[in-house]
Amino acid sequence: MGIETDFTRWLLLDWAMVLVMAWLLIGGAGVWALRRFELVSHVLFPLGGAVGAVLSGVGVAALFTPPQVAVLAIGLPTLPFHLRLDALSAYFLMVIGATAAGVSAFAAGYFRHGEGTPPGLMCLQYHVFLASMAGVVLADDAYAFMVMWETMALSSFFLVTSNHRVAEIRRAGYLYLLVAHVGAIGILMCFGVLQANTGDYSFANMRAQQLSPFWASVAFGLALFGFGAKAGLLPLHIWLPEAHPAAPSPVSALMSAVMLKIAIYGLLRVLLDLQSVQLWWWGVVLLAFGLATALFGVVFAAVQSDMKRLLAYSSIENIGLLAAGIGLAVVFAAYSMKALAALALTASLVHVASHALFKSLLFLSTGSVLHATGERNLGKLGGLMRTMPWVAWATLVGVIASAGLPPSSGFVAEWLLLQSFLFTPGLPNPFLNMLIPVAAALIALVAALAGYTMVKFFGIIFLGRPREPRLAQAHDANTWQRGGMAWLLLGNVLLGLLPIQFIQLVDPVTRQLVGDGLGPTVAAHGWLLAPTTIERASYGPVIFLVGVAASFGLAFALVRWLYHGRIRRAAPWDCGFPWQTARMQDTAEGFGQPIRQIFEPFFHMQRELPSPFDTKPRYKVVVEDHFWAVLYWPIVDAVFRVARLIGLLQQGRIAVYLLFSFVTLIALLVVVQQ
Amino acid sequence: MIQMLGWTGAISQLLEIVLALALAPLLTGWVNQCRAWLQNKSAPPLLQPYYLLHKLFNKESVVAEHASPLFRATPYIVFGCMALACSIIPTLSTDLPLTLAADAIALVGLFALARVFISLAAMDIGTSFGTLGARREMLIGFLAEPALLMVFFCASLISQSTSLATIVETLAHRELAIYPSLAFAGVAFIIVSLAENARVPVDNPATHLELTMIHEALILEYSGRHLALIEWAASLKLFAYSCAGLALFVPWGVAEAQAPLEMLLALPELLLKLAVGGAALAVLETLSAKMRIFRVPEFLATAFLLAVIGLLVHILLES
Repeated sequence: MGIETDFTRWLLLDWAMVLVMAWLLIGGAGVWALRRFELVSHVLFPLGGAVGAVLSGVGVAALFTPPQVAVLAIGLPTLPFHLRLDALSAYFLMVIGATAAGVSAFAAGYFRHGEGTPPGLMCLQYHVFLASMAGVVLADDAYAFMVMWETMALSSFFLVTSNHRVAEIRRAGYLYLLVAHVGAIGILMCFGVLQANTGDYSFANMRAQQLSPFWASVAFGLALFGFGAKAGLLPLHIWLPEAHPAAPSPVSALMSAVMLKIAIYGLLRVLLDLQSVQLWWWGVVLLAFGLATALFGVVFAAVQSDMKRLLAYSSIENIGLLAAGIGLAVVFAAYSMKALAALALTASLVHVASHALFKSLLFLSTGSVLHATGERNLGKLGGLMRTMPWVAWATLVGVIASAGLPPSSGFVAEWLLLQSFLFTPGLPNPFLNMLIPVAAALIALVAALAGYTMVKFFGIIFLGRPREPRLAQAHDANTWQRGGMAWLLLGNVLLGLLPIQFIQLVDPVTRQLVGDGLGPTVAAHGWLLAPTTIERASYGPVIFLVGVAASFGLAFALVRWLYHGRIRRAAPWDCGFPWQTARMQDTAEGFGQPIRQIFEPFFHMQRELPSPFDTKPRYKVVVEDHFWAVLYWPIVDAVFRVARLIGLLQQGRIAVYLLFSFVTLIALLVVVQQ
Repeated sequence: MIQMLGWTGAISQLLEIVLALALAPLLTGWVNQCRAWLQNKSAPPLLQPYYLLHKLFNKESVVAEHASPLFRATPYIVFGCMALACSIIPTLSTDLPLTLAADAIALVGLFALARVFISLAAMDIGTSFGTLGARREMLIGFLAEPALLMVFFCASLISQSTSLATIVETLAHRELAIYPSLAFAGVAFIIVSLAENARVPVDNPATHLELTMIHEALILEYSGRHLALIEWAASLKLFAYSCAGLALFVPWGVAEAQAPLEMLLALPELLLKLAVGGAALAVLETLSAKMRIFRVPEFLATAFLLAVIGLLVHILLES
């Protein structure tokens, strides 16, 4: 196969491969420029961002072209890498590229001298991470998939532990690595089941297999376990709140916004593409796990006092909602209700893009806050809106999206998801019809709690008065950081206001996976988003925004015209209480207290309350999740017990080892004799 | 059935907005008056809310030294949200172009948007009352919002639509059909409206005692025109909730697209319904006592469960 030199005749898949190679080369250049800080941060990272932007363009173009395949002559001698660029991979390439573009631009202004890993090495790990994520979605056989998947896990492990001198961060990294590998075993076994003893591990072969319901369900269970571990589904979520705060902010942004979505990609690929038939109860299982995860995530997010842990739990919540949406799509697909499956799937895919954009924006803003103040604890922040207005306003947009408020992108996803729930009474299964309203109620509760959490997040960091005197010197984000955040901000706003145009991009994906799409239906109503008919439901974000803005503007102008616009600045009123200090504001713990009280059974709490006679009163509350106590510590204990038993073999004396060899030899001889 | 842009639609839309803006303080005044009568007090004039607004608009606004632009923008945002909410709920006619832009779910989102902004503004000054109010407001909100959504879902399952206009048309056309699910939803809706509008069992609009108040704690730092806008928005919210309740549970008399002249008849009917509803609200408030803040989640959880039961009842009995 000769190399085509005419660029114009390259397939989109070729372009995608070239761009992935470009990321790897940029990473390699980082090693060459190991300690040349300026070069790495101001040339290589922006280059990587540009590659990401082009890659997302390639993704968009590939959505509307038929699937393209390629076989690479690398890999094992009999098992070359198969690659395939179809609508599903194109969509995720687009999300990866668009998010990476913003995060890389931010990273150019983020990493500083003398922190953890040398900049060049960081650049290598970062770009290998990006390239491997793109590789996962392009892979078309289990071998290539697993190689890319493991590269993704390893490179992100090194990124998480970049500040490896802190013991806590090393622990978080190992926990992450452990869960990632346990999950990878599940995925590997899932592929083993899917190839149905043919020995051919290409995805094309898996698509052709007709598994019995039993084996198909085994594959489903393994996929749920494997991809769930990566995505953070209950009860395999434990690594997320540890790893995200440990990693540098751009890395947390990528992991939370993109890497978790790669796990969702894997789930979609296995359930709706590789498996030819779906069973309805798979959907119910996904729905149940998803809802439990979402509620758990948001309740824990509401009580956190570390801003990055809060966002990590919020990511768990969003992954739960995504899983619930996919579960609903699987239920519909199992009953061959294609249009409804397409609706539920569209909701989930819009949520994928929306979460990628707003969560990366929020993580980046915590990065800026961390740089400006050196503080991750919400209780020591406050009032940053005055010193960091730029970051604050950008965060506000992310917060509105994360709380699922109209007219943001988060609301579009939530709206579509609730619409697909409202259609369920058509299902031919009375049990499901009963279950679905309860599920819809839980989703509404989760969305409302997300609002609580986000008010806490934004209000405590940016509003009020600075809780520490040194916060007054906080500086706003630098130009690179602003550029990166502005890109994500723009993406968020456009996705929120132009859902109809965006659904045209989702349409090919749902057509590929469930055989129907919303594209033509929603295009028929101009500015109104109507998933079926306009009598049934419609939502017009632009009109909505114009409505609120027009009332705002009219009120503003009329008040000034009819009355006046005088204003006087004075000390805060506060019921006339003059001795108000900044420490008297609600802390993060205070703001989360109602949630701690209402959802008490969710938490494993340890409290130290001060008595009135203490000379140094001390209030301490530690909130942990039950899964550690109920599930993980017993597993850890069991592992240690087994290890100790195995340790009995290790006597450290040569005579004992010789004895073992001798006994083994005798035993083998006996076996062979018979 | 629904046209995007017709002359009648534009007129009824405009009429509806103007009517809501003009009548909302009157409804507040009416409720206050009824309550005063029931409690054997001499009532303030019916038009008192208008005098109050006029007075506040004339005063200059005193803003804390370190208040951010968010604090000053919030009254306008909240006012804008409530004005939009009033204009998408079919009160006089179902022929409203703006209803297409926001269905029942978006309406709930609109209330949530206003709540989030007013809570953020309360936290902006950094006083302990402000954050206390914000926390309590969000506490009430996160339980009331899903309950309200479930109430709308009950109605939308019956009418197979989340569009408010279609819901009202379907419910108004039912003849002798009884929906037990709507009974559950109705009780839930009343509880939610009491909580969301800072009414007695949850909050007391008449009190200024710091430890019991929620709404007042939120807006403690506002004065002058900002306070006027927020008070007006609060009236609009009460008006919107009343109209939403009327639209869902007593929808008869709302004009439809085919009959624009019915609007002439719809107006007195609406006034009558609002007067009765306002008096009923005053009775409810007089008969109940304010509850402790940590009883409120239980109260609202009841509403949430009732609405979910309503949904289940619909699926069991009505489909």
